Amino acid sequence: MTPPTDRKLLTPEEYRQAQDSPEFTELRRRFRSFAVPMTVAFLAWYLLFVLLSTYAHDFMSTEVFGNVNLGILLGLGQFVTTFLITQLYVRHASKNTDPISDEMRTRLEAHEFASPRSEETPRG
Amino acid sequence: MADLFAAESGTIGEPAINISIFGAFVLVTLFITFRASRNNKSAADYYAAGRNITGTQNGLAIAGDYLSAASFLGIAGAIAIYGYDGFLYSIGFLVAWLVALLLVAELMRNTARFTMADVLAFRMRQGPVRTAAAISTLFVSLFYLLAQMAGAGGLVALLLGVSGAAAEAVVVVVVGALMIFYVLVGGMRGTTYVQMIKATLLIAGALVMTIWVLAEYGFNLSSLLGGAVEAQGQQVLEPGAQYGLSGTTRLDFISLALALVLGTAGLPHVLMRFYTVPTAKDARKSVVWAIWLIGAFYLFSLVIGYGAGALVGSETILAAPGGVNAAAPLLAFELGGTVLLGIIAGVAFATILAVVAGLTITASASFAHDVYASVIKKGQVEANAEVRVARITAVVIGAIAIGLGILALRAGINIAFLVALAFAVAASANLPTILYTLFWKNFTTQGALWSIYGGLIVCVGLIIFSPVVSGSETAMFPDFDIAWFPLRNPGLVSIPLSFFLGWLGTKVSKEKPDVDKYAELEVRSLTGIGAETAVSH
Repeated sequence: MTPPTDRKLLTPEEYRQAQDSPEFTELRRRFRSFAVPMTVAFLAWYLLFVLLSTYAHDFMSTEVFGNVNLGILLGLGQFVTTFLITQLYVRHASKNTDPISDEMRTRLEAHEFASPRSEETPRG
Repeated sequence: MADLFAAESGTIGEPAINISIFGAFVLVTLFITFRASRNNKSAADYYAAGRNITGTQNGLAIAGDYLSAASFLGIAGAIAIYGYDGFLYSIGFLVAWLVALLLVAELMRNTARFTMADVLAFRMRQGPVRTAAAISTLFVSLFYLLAQMAGAGGLVALLLGVSGAAAEAVVVVVVGALMIFYVLVGGMRGTTYVQMIKATLLIAGALVMTIWVLAEYGFNLSSLLGGAVEAQGQQVLEPGAQYGLSGTTRLDFISLALALVLGTAGLPHVLMRFYTVPTAKDARKSVVWAIWLIGAFYLFSLVIGYGAGALVGSETILAAPGGVNAAAPLLAFELGGTVLLGIIAGVAFATILAVVAGLTITASASFAHDVYASVIKKGQVEANAEVRVARITAVVIGAIAIGLGILALRAGINIAFLVALAFAVAASANLPTILYTLFWKNFTTQGALWSIYGGLIVCVGLIIFSPVVSGSETAMFPDFDIAWFPLRNPGLVSIPLSFFLGWLGTKVSKEKPDVDKYAELEVRSLTGIGAETAVSH
């Protein structure tokens, strides 16, 4: 059975080699070091807002100016942080991960991660 | 109530104007759909618009797909009636995009071809996982469709001054037939153009209403909020007007919040949009555009919602046909009379039509590509035959949606709430498996199946036994009572449970994770090697 996604562009060997390469380890580290903590942070901030709205009614109803209260300001704050994180991610990706990923893609297309025949590298 | 309103329905807009604006939109989009269809040759054309939509265009189309009737009519209504508690929808619907941006969009663009299941089944046993993913896609799409159809019915009841069951049913049939036509003729490319036009119109329309409302209050947010307080009381500015009644409703608020923020990245019709662009960078660009457009729109909807509360008042809104969902059109009438109402209603209608088309194409692609081509035919199928099956499926799903829509008309439930149920299903059945597949090396087929089926069954089951379906005056079936689950949104239970089942199913399975496929998935997802490329015409 040949599933439609299974297009053998590169051999499994090449993918394993690429996955074990130091540059891929670095690419993964850079990707995750932004995405994971940032996800935890914005989810925590969102849940904090939800919990405060639910269980700290009086606190969120504190008027800040005119009829605008703390709850509405913090809600608008969620918009601000969402826009901010979006732009931070774009900057992080184009500066830190895109260069490695572009370079690796070019080398993978040239099959540079196929095991060199001369040295019998043991598979790890 | 309906009779009372029918007596003064002559004053709520001019049906002729409403119909002609809507008709103009339909004609323009039909023309574009026909032009787009000339390039529909291959499966990649039909499902993914040949992958040569630009990032910016796709961002607009994502906004078009995402800003459904729920976002426009539902959120405005929720804020108009309940104020602050309605605002949660906007916040959750927006913050959710960060999950898609940071963890899902680019990686999925790099590894899949046409459907969500392409990624979910990537390193698993194909048959069972694809079937499971197709079933959950179908459920999410149907919940979403139900909400859109309910919106369409309510809107038309308001606009045309008709409130008979037969007349409303005719309208739903017309919407359904149009949507099937778009999908059959235009495929993904036609649908994409419809989404872009619709998003532009919707955001522009909301901007006009926002400026208009603010102008009434001297461009002072505090005065607008003051107006809402004057009309409705102080509680519209404070949390809890809807969900603060008891301990259970407070939990319900948290449950809803969780479903909103985790649902987006599991919505099949949103995921499918990432495949219409040439590269992962374009997928990123399109999500960034979508976040800015959607965020701006939700800021507008805050003003529109409070404006409707202040200028129209909740009594009038709730008494109108369509109930809470009628807030935005009523505000348009209040501000700009017949013409603005006609324009806004036309835009809202177009919104529903476009979203329904997007959902239909996703569900039909999932059935044709995942079930028919991959499971039934074991991959031995010509692309043309697969697209033919997709088209037939689109007709069947369209027919089901028409049937459900006619049923949904009777219940006056907020459509943002109905869409939130679709989000809960997506977050329960799809998101855990997507994240485990992309990031957890040891994840196995059994884990995927437990998580998808477990999340789906528990989520849908809890909805069936919740007060939304039976046992309360506002339920879909108020006449009988099988409700024992207290929360109206099941996310708080079903989402963590599905994550747990995915973990447990993996831990107890004897199956060895496929390390080669994981290497391929990981390398492809981060570097983009082997990703499907654009079709050149």
